[in-house]
Amino acid sequence: MEFEPVIGLEVHVQLNTKSKLFCSCATVFGAEPNTQVCPVCLGHPGVLPVMNRKALEYAVLCGLALNCSISRFSKFDRKNYFYPDLPKNYQVSQFDKPFCYNGFVTIHVDGKDKRIGVTRAHLEEDAGKLLHSDAGAGSGVDFNRTGIPLLEIVSEPDISSPEEAYAYLTALKSIIGYLDISDCNMEEGSLRCDANVSIRPKGQKEFGVKAEIKNMNSFRGVLKAVSYEIDRQTEVLLCGGKVVQETRLWDADKNMTFSMRSKEEAHDYRYFPEPDLVPVVLTEANIEEIRKYLPELPSARMKRFVMDYGITEYDAEVLTGDKKLADYYEDCTRLFNDYKSISNWIQSELLRELNDRKLPVTASSVCPKKLTDMLRLIQNGTISGKIAKTVFAQMFETGKDADTIIKEKGLVQISDPDELKKIIADVIDSNGSIVDDYKGGKEKSFMFLVGQVMKATKGKANPQVVNQMLKDAIG
Amino acid sequence: MAFTRQDVDYIAKLARITLSDDEQKNFTRQLDSILEYVNKLNELDTDSVEPTAHILPVQNVFREDEVKPCADSKLAVEQSPELRDGLFIVPPVIE
Repeated sequence: MEFEPVIGLEVHVQLNTKSKLFCSCATVFGAEPNTQVCPVCLGHPGVLPVMNRKALEYAVLCGLALNCSISRFSKFDRKNYFYPDLPKNYQVSQFDKPFCYNGFVTIHVDGKDKRIGVTRAHLEEDAGKLLHSDAGAGSGVDFNRTGIPLLEIVSEPDISSPEEAYAYLTALKSIIGYLDISDCNMEEGSLRCDANVSIRPKGQKEFGVKAEIKNMNSFRGVLKAVSYEIDRQTEVLLCGGKVVQETRLWDADKNMTFSMRSKEEAHDYRYFPEPDLVPVVLTEANIEEIRKYLPELPSARMKRFVMDYGITEYDAEVLTGDKKLADYYEDCTRLFNDYKSISNWIQSELLRELNDRKLPVTASSVCPKKLTDMLRLIQNGTISGKIAKTVFAQMFETGKDADTIIKEKGLVQISDPDELKKIIADVIDSNGSIVDDYKGGKEKSFMFLVGQVMKATKGKANPQVVNQMLKDAIG
Repeated sequence: MAFTRQDVDYIAKLARITLSDDEQKNFTRQLDSILEYVNKLNELDTDSVEPTAHILPVQNVFREDEVKPCADSKLAVEQSPELRDGLFIVPPVIE
């Protein structure tokens, strides 16, 4: 029997507001434990939480970017459960009136566009961090993270492969990066993802029993965990077993998911309206005011890059995936007109140097002006494309411009026939038999001779000029 | 309306409290009569009534996104029964 997977993702995005969602504590990552807390976020009795206006604006902005409807009336609710990282024994979240609902994200997989529905996006407060001690003398809790705004984005079960799940996360991260409302760093926990995975016989309408997969800490991890889970469930069903509804944890070292085996407690969160916070009512004008901050989004920018700069859709997608990289590219296009060449150099040399050093493009020592100045030197024949790669590596290393490096290292291309004449004559003299081979019809021998000239000039000879001169001399 | 002892057990479990036999009996009886009283509302047709989200006629109360250090931060943390290296110590949590 053939099965098809049904996947839905729940993504938690930590918003990068300066202060927490309901109090004025700082949100700086990595501060000393319990130094960014107050009676409000610690859940002391009698305190009054007040909502951060920026968090509301970010939530609405994200909803608009995800093509969501925005609720005219929203409220917060208490989600009740006991866990040591939750000081109040309830989490302030949204139950039936989320800020955003009914949107979609467009993904590109296998050259096709597909819409993944977004059921809802709601605001809630983050929990604290549990630190487990090895001694077994108890666990430690740091409440610095408690109360930082989280936007929970829930997808429809529209995702039908691990690759689509990966593409959805990539698209989401890219959009949120453009909005500049979160760092979206999965390793640091500012983006977290849980996956609901089930399978069903191909063509069947009803969903199968799902497992919820947690504990993935990279996009690759999500891809692998979802693949593993599909295979696991397929095997269970093919062996005549039944999939159990449960929470499973991904183990990145073993590349497997494991049942949490927690005591099977019914989750009864007893949601009820949060009496300490008043409802939020948004007018059309409020929403339009926020819409003004909506930037050109990745997919629109990608299409524009293809139109305006004549680069391929693939290249445009790489360049526009990260807003800062797309900005860098556009800065270059204002300084130099060979758009394809700029795209190639950014994607090969620049991204390699940046990735090797784990640097963002904004920290590049080669700015758009320096890059395009160098490309101009290739265009006007001062240096060859091959030499340029050496020059670029030096530029990145030292921060110097191309002109300086070329002068310092004597890398100017030799295009003057007078300078090359003697060298070519020498190569022909000392390789008589190879010259004869070429004359006898062995095309490859010609490339060998070109190579000898390049060697004699330490790679600085202009290949086109050498080709022509050699042909004239022996042809 | 029949509020049973099982309902009281369930709620007690969710609230992490232990009840004595007498308490269970008492609460079952009391909660049953309270719910029966509230149940009168079911006699009304509320189809056209919006659920109440808040009892005050107030909406849209916000603060600006500004960090303000809390003067009582340290004092608040020190209320913990056990602190070690700045961390609240709780019974071991096994995941």
